[in-house]
Amino acid sequence: MRNTWQARWGLTIAGWTVALLMFFPILWMFVTSFKTEITAVATPPALVFRPTLGNYAAVLERADYLAFAKNSLVVSLGSTLLALLLGVPAAYSMAFFPTRATRGILLWMLSTKMLPAVGVLVPIYLLWRDLGLLDTVFGLVLIDSISVLPIVVWMLFSFFREVPAVILEASRMDGATPTEELTHVLLPLSTPGIASTALLSIILCWNEAFWSLNLTTVKAATLTAFTASFASPEGLFWAKLSAASTLSIAPILIFGWISQRQMARGLSFGAVK
Amino acid sequence: MATIELKNVRKRFGSHEVVHGIDLVITDREFMAFVGPSGSGKSTLLRMIAGLEEVSEGEVLIDGLPVQNVPPSKRGLAMVFQSYALYPHMTVAENMSFSLRLAGVPREERDQKVRSVARILEMEPLLDRKPRQLSGGQLQRVAIGRAMVRQPKAFLLDEPLSNLDAALQAQMRLELVRLHRELSTTMVYVTHDQLEAMTMADRIVVLNDGRVEQMGSPLELYKNPATLFVAGFIGTPKMNFLDVEVKSASAENLTLAFSNGASVSVLAPAQRLKAGERVKLGVRPEHVALEQDGELPGEIDVLEHLGPRAYLHARLADGTRLVAQAPGDTPVRGGDRVAFRIRPEAAHLFDGSGRALGRSGPGG
Repeated sequence: MRNTWQARWGLTIAGWTVALLMFFPILWMFVTSFKTEITAVATPPALVFRPTLGNYAAVLERADYLAFAKNSLVVSLGSTLLALLLGVPAAYSMAFFPTRATRGILLWMLSTKMLPAVGVLVPIYLLWRDLGLLDTVFGLVLIDSISVLPIVVWMLFSFFREVPAVILEASRMDGATPTEELTHVLLPLSTPGIASTALLSIILCWNEAFWSLNLTTVKAATLTAFTASFASPEGLFWAKLSAASTLSIAPILIFGWISQRQMARGLSFGAVK
Repeated sequence: MATIELKNVRKRFGSHEVVHGIDLVITDREFMAFVGPSGSGKSTLLRMIAGLEEVSEGEVLIDGLPVQNVPPSKRGLAMVFQSYALYPHMTVAENMSFSLRLAGVPREERDQKVRSVARILEMEPLLDRKPRQLSGGQLQRVAIGRAMVRQPKAFLLDEPLSNLDAALQAQMRLELVRLHRELSTTMVYVTHDQLEAMTMADRIVVLNDGRVEQMGSPLELYKNPATLFVAGFIGTPKMNFLDVEVKSASAENLTLAFSNGASVSVLAPAQRLKAGERVKLGVRPEHVALEQDGELPGEIDVLEHLGPRAYLHARLADGTRLVAQAPGDTPVRGGDRVAFRIRPEAAHLFDGSGRALGRSGPGG
């Protein structure tokens, strides 16, 4: 009894410590966003200060936050939708009709994530320029969906593998075409997996900065570009940067908070088997 | 209602051939069982008929039409799987009506068909449940019901009873036979359990290592096994096999010597055997009797009481095991030294390659 009691407290303390360590930078950023530029850079850091909304006012005055937020939203949802549309059939065929090449294809897909994106920046930039996709929401949707596609396919593949093939065979015997097999049997059975894949993809696309900084300027720029724009031009303004960052991450943080149960369920799906 | 025909059907996985050229015809309304040990190719054969497995070579014909290029969904066959394979996200009624829904049958007609099948299978109270709320026996019924609802040309059943307990198995065997009679539809039944095949099928195909060993009615297989494999596979307890040597052979009779020197005279097979040849003598337990001066002395090892009868498992002098059937009240015990006599007219002879030597006289 005593042992388990102690172990539980130990685990609780360890858990909170890790959680606080991870959360601390976000908390600090949040607090800094309410400081003046002077108190923001004070050493030792000012723990007691008069909070101000001035940074938010300045940030919102300088840039059209809602336009950036709208782009982020459209790009995250659009890329995720496109990646799922491409990923579901791909994962379906690899999970249920594997060939000798399947393993190789999966590993190759994953290996593209090991390549630093900057390695293909020039070719992608030139392609996008020639196709007229620079600074378009569609162009960003396209590149973001390509970059999350390997992860989407991998996750879907492992979720689909949990569905017994014999159930799909039964639907085939019942007269289902491959499309009906997908829509009536496989997708309903793997809804939790698909949902957590979509959630992760939305979060990854929302936070994606590299392509949005390099392929967009004004029209299609997302919140990551919005945040970055406060980082350089007139020197570092920590308080305003913090305010911009807080505004950028707030929507996805709230979204993540709401969907955390689903995420955890999906990501540990099959792990207990 | 369908005739299913296989013509030189082969199946290869990579370079490994698992089904080696099978020809057979399953006639309309027949209850045909494929029986064999695991790895004999029986399930693969069924899946090729279903279309779930590609045919590497040869032809599958349903009602005379080749179907190799017809997807499973268009073959009009229904399948019952060993693991039931119900749709876990649908209720029993939805599971059963799924094929009709895909076929575009209107809702009212669907409901009506589902209800009438549920009535036959006595599972009306289960219609709104999900599969996870059902017991094994109930799942099995739903799986059969799902196959029945669409009135298929033929039923394909892949070891449907093997996940049920023995009592339920016995009950479902009878129900399947009754169902087959009522529906009068072709049924192809795959099982590793010869008892299921023997009790239900009109005809049995015994498969071994991707080849047909023998095809025939249950009694034909029991009485006249064509090979040593069939002889050993059909019937419980197994047929006894004894090594014997031909002592003398005439046109009518054959005298065979056991390893202990005793001999027995049997009707000569159609094939001529010469003195000195070694063959295998097969005899079923019911044709071995306990007799004081029997030609085969041995020691009782284990006694299996089944009430009306008992099986005596004995070890002969040369170590060969022998099972004899005796009345239930036979007064013997483990360790008793006894002697057995075989009924020579019921003996089967097999040559060195395991083929039965055709008997010239009537079988026993």
